[in-house]
Amino acid sequence: MRNASVARSRLQPRWTGWLFISIAVLLICAFYFYPMIQALLLSFKTGTGAQIHYTGFDNYERLFSDKVFKTALKNTFLFLIIQVPVMIVLALFISVLLNDSKLKFKGFFRTAIFLPCVTSLVAYSVVFKYLFGNDGLINKLFLNLHLIHDPIQWITDPFWAKITIIIAITWRWTGYNMIFYLSALQNIDNSIYEAARIDGASPIRQFFKITVPLLKPIILFTSITSTIGTLQLFDEVVNITKGGPGNATMSISQYIYNLSFKYTPDFGYAATVSYSIVVLIILLSFIQFKAAGDSK
Amino acid sequence: MKMFKRSPIYIFLIIAAGVSIFPFLWIISSATNKSIDVSNGRLMPGSHLLDNFRHLTEQVELGQAMWNSAKISVTTTILALLIASLAGYGFEIYRSKAKDIVFNILLLSMMIPFAAIMVPLFQMFAKFSGVLPVIGVDTAASVILPTFTTAFLIFYFRQSSKMFPKDMLEAGRIDGLSELGLFFRIFVPTMRTSYAAGAIITFMSSWNNYLWPLVVLQSPEKRTIPLLISNLGSSYSPDYGIIMTAVLISTLPTALVFFLMQKHFVAGMVGSIK
Repeated sequence: MRNASVARSRLQPRWTGWLFISIAVLLICAFYFYPMIQALLLSFKTGTGAQIHYTGFDNYERLFSDKVFKTALKNTFLFLIIQVPVMIVLALFISVLLNDSKLKFKGFFRTAIFLPCVTSLVAYSVVFKYLFGNDGLINKLFLNLHLIHDPIQWITDPFWAKITIIIAITWRWTGYNMIFYLSALQNIDNSIYEAARIDGASPIRQFFKITVPLLKPIILFTSITSTIGTLQLFDEVVNITKGGPGNATMSISQYIYNLSFKYTPDFGYAATVSYSIVVLIILLSFIQFKAAGDSK
Repeated sequence: MKMFKRSPIYIFLIIAAGVSIFPFLWIISSATNKSIDVSNGRLMPGSHLLDNFRHLTEQVELGQAMWNSAKISVTTTILALLIASLAGYGFEIYRSKAKDIVFNILLLSMMIPFAAIMVPLFQMFAKFSGVLPVIGVDTAASVILPTFTTAFLIFYFRQSSKMFPKDMLEAGRIDGLSELGLFFRIFVPTMRTSYAAGAIITFMSSWNNYLWPLVVLQSPEKRTIPLLISNLGSSYSPDYGIIMTAVLISTLPTALVFFLMQKHFVAGMVGSIK
């Protein structure tokens, strides 16, 4: 029997390879690509349950005049434009500091800064919600240090609620990105820096002329994954601010969830909104690739 | 003198490490104190952990939620490793132009935001409820099935396969192993460390998954840990001691996995992009 199967696999090596990948391909098609097509069809429909029917481009017209969608889009972009660069610069800065061979307690610093990554998004969101509450520890601390006179409305003020979300995401993900930069830095040959030092290049110049260009692929990778992550923001806004106050921190993912499962279900319109994230992710990834390529 | 020159660096790193660790200290101090002491700003660890734990288990089905989460995460991890490594191996070892095209198409699925496919997926599983209730809405299977295969993990195992010494396969073929035998008898045992890293990453993301279980699990006894914590956290009169005890317990498995297998963890994260 076994001999037969060997002979068969040698006769048909084409098929064996396809068999190895077949289950994964089927599952990805069934649970990613097929739903994507379904979502596209849904985005042209309206109604609920058995009443669902095609309406043409009505949902898309509604999208462009939808104030909540515009707010969610604006919020998501704000998180993206401020949070992602801050986090990437911070992670890069910390990893350059930690890459110094003469630095002590390196292992401790690295583990400590990476530690937030072991928390679940829901758990840390709940923790941040209480830490940043009106009578929470952060306000108590700032009041005692006389940094502020009145408690900051971290959760209930539209402006500060956004800041709280940004602080929270930065806390959770900076260490994660740092690990990627650290391992990339370890692959850079030290003699490049020595040569630069002999040529009299300052540490800042070394950073911009050597470190950043050599780390470009990794920076591109982390900025794309962070962008995709931020566009999918859900757990934090739901558990810290519930999208509020008003809709001040509502993200696109949360809006899709609300449209489908919280308000009167409108799967068709929810699918229309969801396609806007798909378009955004494709567009932004393309721009980031372009930007990285052009500045070479 | 040298040490002195570095002091701004140390101060900066100490602040960064302190900010990173501080919420953990607060979780521990809150879980071990009475809620009233926590809201008064007490930071020292107290002796109320057991009381908090008792109140927590009286209020919610913690054990049930832990069991649900464990069941889902372990099954997801095993299935994910098996299917993704078979595929990653297949793409690399039986490489062909056509398969490379398929591979690149699969990678596109990484760009699909979950919120975009959530509604059709929910409809799909609602349909299953009528035909095959064991995988319908509100079952563990409905959480596991659409989430365990990820292009990321296939990509990861393909990258790992690149480092696999292919001569070993030829030797195995001469010994009369079937193609599937080569995979299970030679590839899997050789790549144990890749599997370890893949397991950690998959387990953690499954244990922490929130949005899809929130959509598909409806009855309280099916709830996973993140759903339970989210629920506790949204109560109007929160009991800090109880909630932080739940947060502490839910973080222990992932923290433990991280500390025991830190090297594998980092290797897994980084290996995936090399």
